[in-house]
Amino acid sequence: MSQPLIDLQHISKKFDDTLVLDDLCLSVRENSFVTLLGPSGCGKTTTLRIIGGFESPDTGNVIFAGNDITKLPPNKRQLNTVFQKYALFPHMSIAENIAFGLKIKKKPKSYIDDKIRYALKLVNLDGFEHRSVDSLSGGQQQRIAIARAIVNEPKVLLLDEPLGALDLKLRQDMQYELIRLKNELGITFIYVTHDQEEALTMSDTIVVMNQGYIQQMGSPEQIYNEPENAFVADFIGESNIVDGLMIHDELVEICGAKFACVDKGFGTNQPVDVVIRPEDIDLVRPENGTLQGVVTHLIFKGVHYEMEVTTPDGFEWLVHSTDMAPVGEKVGIHVDPFDIQIMNKPASEDEEAVGVNE
Amino acid sequence: MRQNMKRLLAGPYVLWMIGFTIIPLLLVVYYGLTDKNGTFTFANVLSISTPEHMKALLLSLVLSLISTVICLLLAYPLALILRKRGIGQGSFVVFIFILPMWMNFLLRTLAWQTLLEKNGVINGILNILHLPNLAIINTPWAIILGMVYNFLPFMILPIYNVMIKIDDNTINAARDLGAGTLQTLFYIWIPLSVPGIISGITMVFVPALTTFVISSLLGGSKILLIGNVIEQEFTRGSNWNLGSGLSLVLMIFILISMALIAKYDKEGEGTAF
Repeated sequence: MSQPLIDLQHISKKFDDTLVLDDLCLSVRENSFVTLLGPSGCGKTTTLRIIGGFESPDTGNVIFAGNDITKLPPNKRQLNTVFQKYALFPHMSIAENIAFGLKIKKKPKSYIDDKIRYALKLVNLDGFEHRSVDSLSGGQQQRIAIARAIVNEPKVLLLDEPLGALDLKLRQDMQYELIRLKNELGITFIYVTHDQEEALTMSDTIVVMNQGYIQQMGSPEQIYNEPENAFVADFIGESNIVDGLMIHDELVEICGAKFACVDKGFGTNQPVDVVIRPEDIDLVRPENGTLQGVVTHLIFKGVHYEMEVTTPDGFEWLVHSTDMAPVGEKVGIHVDPFDIQIMNKPASEDEEAVGVNE
Repeated sequence: MRQNMKRLLAGPYVLWMIGFTIIPLLLVVYYGLTDKNGTFTFANVLSISTPEHMKALLLSLVLSLISTVICLLLAYPLALILRKRGIGQGSFVVFIFILPMWMNFLLRTLAWQTLLEKNGVINGILNILHLPNLAIINTPWAIILGMVYNFLPFMILPIYNVMIKIDDNTINAARDLGAGTLQTLFYIWIPLSVPGIISGITMVFVPALTTFVISSLLGGSKILLIGNVIEQEFTRGSNWNLGSGLSLVLMIFILISMALIAKYDKEGEGTAF
């Protein structure tokens, strides 16, 4: 593996008396799409601002292409930021906005004009040179903000919740747009969001953060299928998180029933957390299920039905299925061994699952 | 019904405007354009061209222009510092600058008179320190000092108010795109705070141009500003017609300067480089 382009070494940051980042270490490889994902207040934006140079860490170093840039001001860094609310310059035309960085660098006019045309084409806004900022919609302003950043040919583009203010449809379009841009430009993207779907769609690497710690780092598949703790499991998609007892390798007891699984190395008779994704639960006839329960809720969600199945011990299982079972029906629950994810009980409060709805 | 209600609510304001703005204004126009017998004449207005009136008007224009520029040069960096400090600490500093405004205007100016006098407080201290004395009382410099001191808050506040509305990320974006401190100041801060600068200039230049109190307290009896000339026509000379005529001229000058400023503002918008 090549040397990382950006290396955050033991970064800590306090605001007043709140510890926002605690001994954070993170390496970003060249040409990767890294997403910092977490609820608000998890330290993801602060991390981005430290990379951009808008905050300085209390301790630790920021290494960029082998050089320590911890104390370098933002205007001396070879990276550009796309801000949350676009932050276009309202007193300049679109062309002047895009040209700003290049004019500061005293590039020749013909070069700047070419770059403006190229950047506008890239973000699908040809001919917008002389429009004013006010006359653009949110999505268009967002594209201009991206164009303004990329004309400077940064090594890294930092994006701070750039799609946060857009509506759903536009957000989805822009996700594909960003992937396309990233591939065409061949630069490194560091992306901050609290939207897990955005993170899963676009990233090579997702860094799940909470309370100033990195909870888990990995590919979208790893994060989704093999969450390392209850927080990650709960934050990335919906999931059933149940108390379990690891009887021995490859056998776990949940709600009084024994399930075969594929996990090893948790010891014998150890209390564990068990994660089962709602789409991995098969509803079968009661006599064929490992557990029996009654359907207590049923909602049609379009792609699938969402059901709640209550087992005798009172646990409510969330089930996603294209097959429907009416409320009141007795059903059996079956889960394939590889769909059961075993996790250690949280070692600290920070790893506990917290609400996702924010 | 609701329409009537709205009209009723506007009533006090309309009465106020009629009673204290429109009628006095019409009276000034009437007196300004008539002689003592009530016959129509331009003589009062044209008397601005007499050497002593012209001199007073020019001195007023020059002194208020200098004061406005000094206020702007002092207020802009100060407003910028306040803005960058953030709300918590900033509001205390704002408070300190507004504090003198709670004191009576005359008292503040009289205090400067005592401070600057030949045997005043400042010269007393300078004597103890064996330093040369300060002799600016009864000179135009003392008037400028008084104008700057009295009108500075009116320059700071509008600029500060515009600045706090500028998003931090707009500034961060400029830094991010490679702009250093000075480039951020000239390309972002100043163009975006033009509306505040304009209203600050208006709020300092107009009262400075028309003042007669500052000049009579700090400038002695020898330096006459156009404000003093008009005041004397009304009080000592009892020539209301001449005073009103000169007031009309002054009003025209103010309108012209406002129009110039407004024109510059329009041109100023959207030109960054």
